[in-house]
Amino acid sequence: MSVLTVRSLSKSYGGVRALDDVSFSVAAGELLALIGPNGAGKSTCFNIVNGQIRPDAGHVWIGGREVTGLAPRRIARLGVGRTFQIAAVFGSMTAVENVQMAMIAARGQSFGLWRPAAAHHRQAALELLGRVGMAELAERPAATLAYGDVKRLELAVALAGEPVLLLMDEPTAGMGAGERGALIALVRELVTERRLAALFTEHSMDVVFAHADRVIVLARGKLIADGSADAVRADPQVRAVYLGSGAAMAEEDGHP
Amino acid sequence: MSLDGLLFQALNGLAGASALFLVAAGLSIIFGVSRIVNLAHGSFYMLGIYLAGTLAGGFGGAFGFWAGVIGAVLVVAALGALTEIALLRRIYAAPELYQLLATFALALIVNDAVLYLWGPEDILGPRAPGLEGAIDLLGRRLPTYDIFLALVGPAVLIGLHLLLARSRFGRLIRAATEDREMAAALGVNEKVLFTAVFALGAGLAALGGALQMAREPASLSLDLAVLGDAFVIVVVGGLGSIPGAYVAAVLVAEVKALCIALGTVSVGGFEVNLSKLTLVAEFLVMAIVLIVRPNGLFGRPQPPARVAGRGEPPLRPMGRNGGIVALGVVAALALLPLAEGAFPYAPVLAVDMLVAVIFATSLHFIMGPGGMHSFGHAAYFGLGAYGAAYAATQLGAPTFAALAAGIVAAGLGALVFGWFAVRLSGVYLAMLTLAFAQIVWSIAYQWEAVTGGSNGLFGVWPDAPLDTRAGLYLAALGGALVVVLLLRRVLFAPFGYALRASRDSPLRAEAVGIATGRVQWLGFALAGALCGLAGGLFAFAKGSISPEAISVGRSIDGLVMVLLGGVESLLGPIVGAGAFTLLQDSVMRETDYWRALLGALILAIVLIFPGGLMGGAARLWALATRRAAR
Repeated sequence: MSVLTVRSLSKSYGGVRALDDVSFSVAAGELLALIGPNGAGKSTCFNIVNGQIRPDAGHVWIGGREVTGLAPRRIARLGVGRTFQIAAVFGSMTAVENVQMAMIAARGQSFGLWRPAAAHHRQAALELLGRVGMAELAERPAATLAYGDVKRLELAVALAGEPVLLLMDEPTAGMGAGERGALIALVRELVTERRLAALFTEHSMDVVFAHADRVIVLARGKLIADGSADAVRADPQVRAVYLGSGAAMAEEDGHP
Repeated sequence: MSLDGLLFQALNGLAGASALFLVAAGLSIIFGVSRIVNLAHGSFYMLGIYLAGTLAGGFGGAFGFWAGVIGAVLVVAALGALTEIALLRRIYAAPELYQLLATFALALIVNDAVLYLWGPEDILGPRAPGLEGAIDLLGRRLPTYDIFLALVGPAVLIGLHLLLARSRFGRLIRAATEDREMAAALGVNEKVLFTAVFALGAGLAALGGALQMAREPASLSLDLAVLGDAFVIVVVGGLGSIPGAYVAAVLVAEVKALCIALGTVSVGGFEVNLSKLTLVAEFLVMAIVLIVRPNGLFGRPQPPARVAGRGEPPLRPMGRNGGIVALGVVAALALLPLAEGAFPYAPVLAVDMLVAVIFATSLHFIMGPGGMHSFGHAAYFGLGAYGAAYAATQLGAPTFAALAAGIVAAGLGALVFGWFAVRLSGVYLAMLTLAFAQIVWSIAYQWEAVTGGSNGLFGVWPDAPLDTRAGLYLAALGGALVVVLLLRRVLFAPFGYALRASRDSPLRAEAVGIATGRVQWLGFALAGALCGLAGGLFAFAKGSISPEAISVGRSIDGLVMVLLGGVESLLGPIVGAGAFTLLQDSVMRETDYWRALLGALILAIVLIFPGGLMGGAARLWALATRRAAR
């Protein structure tokens, strides 16, 4: 049973079809990579699933419930965690407070006026930080963290609401090569361990082919391939699309 | 009301629209290029009208009037250029709050300069030679000069359009408005362009003022009155759009004219004098436009605001030592009435300070952790003061009930205004909150039956046990303590965290499921309600309340208190309120030119100590401990 189902999504900007009749699904425990050249419609697709953009046509279901056109906040409360291309955390809070805040929000306790926030879910938040390898940095203000640590903190924040679906928009953008593999390997573990459905976009092909269960390819708004990493890598249509953007299909990093 | 009369008032409205358009267009052009909302823009208008009158008298003769107008425009444009070079260049990268405050400081200084040069009396300007007459229209006499003015607006609109569309200077302005970085990368000399744009904007405002000299007397209150109108117009028209400014100016002027034309109407058995509620009508126009088009009629979405405090250090509870010190301070304050024999004035000054503490703490709640820079906190102070005063004098409510009525009035006002305010951010929010405060002020000023008009409400004396100096002081101390502790508690609770989360990163906050809009709305309402207590206590302490006490000046005082203490510290507003009240009581009371002094203080904070007293103290402490550790 798939956690996320996307059916016939279309979106145009002016005369340009950013997304054209796109359908796919992600199952629990599955790590799905969404790839494609620049301007292929990856971000548009992502932001429609997340609720930031309304599609012209098509439907999105999460866990059997239609969420098309709902606000990001409502989609989040249905069990969707997400990370952003440029990591977004709460700069004026410590790492553990960031996770506590996300847990408070996920449980609908944001309007509590009396009991201190510090007393909410502290143990659970520390455990989650430990899980992403940030136990020692728990009391550090988020604004003073290194970018790689901010990315891991953001992952913990996204997981704080115990989501069924994890959306990650270029989770490794701005990270060093070593950190990249480690982060996706961590996501891979979490997906299996928590039976998460995870969708991520990524420029780095080595990361995609090493870790994704399945890969879908967008080109000019159309879905041109959907299959295992090996099948997609061998697909002549995919090779043709990527031919223009250099040796992206080779084993090394395809980041521009 | 006949159709003829309506048409006549509509023509009259067009004449008024021209002056407002000139000011708003200048404001808009400057904002488009520099992203600074110039709160001194009304001052340029005011300088224009004073200078034109004086110069016209100096030149004399038939051409003196027009030479005066041109002279005033040139002088003010030069002053605008000077302002840009000397002040604005230093603060282009600063948070919006500091830019707004710096330009407001300039407005204060200009106001005192005008007071010094021209004196406090209103000055009547000369009539325009050749246009003194009137023509018969629809059976009434319409002044020729009004027709001339009505034509000036469209003429300037067309002129500006040609300038922007055809000239190289105009193309540069448009390029910089579209994309500042790109324009700079293409080799546009930003410095010269910004200076020229500021001069152009200032000149337009001065032209609006100068032409007005034949219609209304020059007075010291013009700067803020015109600024308020200009704000409503740019919010309605859309910041940065010049055609939008014209359409909005006409719309607002016509709505005003309609109110005046309709006069007193009967609504559900109540006699309502619409001609006295023109500002309320302006507000309604603005409210409707903002609901339908949040960026104004012709405006485009603004980039995210640069909010102060996003990277501030995490909040920390006081700890045991801090708690003991605080307890000691409160105990000492509670014993202050015992010293009344030696310092009879002490409890009076102390009540002023405590009122300021409540005011500043509630303002800090929304502008620090909330990230909403309100330039109109006086509105809730005013609603609290009038609510309490009305309940006490007209309804005979006991003092505590009257204070509660003030809190309720302020809270309701903040709920209504906050609903609009949280939809905006940055400069739009600042302008809207300021406009709301102006509306509350004008209702207090104009609704004589309830508020006592310009005289206000008198005989607001507390009953026992608050009817002694010591009694009132202790009540104020208790009130301030409750407000400070309550807001502190809330800030450390999930709601306070959600409020800060919404400021730190709205994107992230929504993505984890925080209803940012609702959180900010409730935060705004809570702060407004508690601010109402400050207003109520103020009314009982002074025995009266008048519109003067709730003017824009009070909103700005609050901002100065918070910034003086330090916006990133919870103690900041308390320290700032105390220091500011002392300063006001000692230094500013001694001079007629306290506005200029206040302006200089604001500039010093913005340019030299952006962290305020607590920020400075924290820096010194860090320095000292580092030395000691070595």
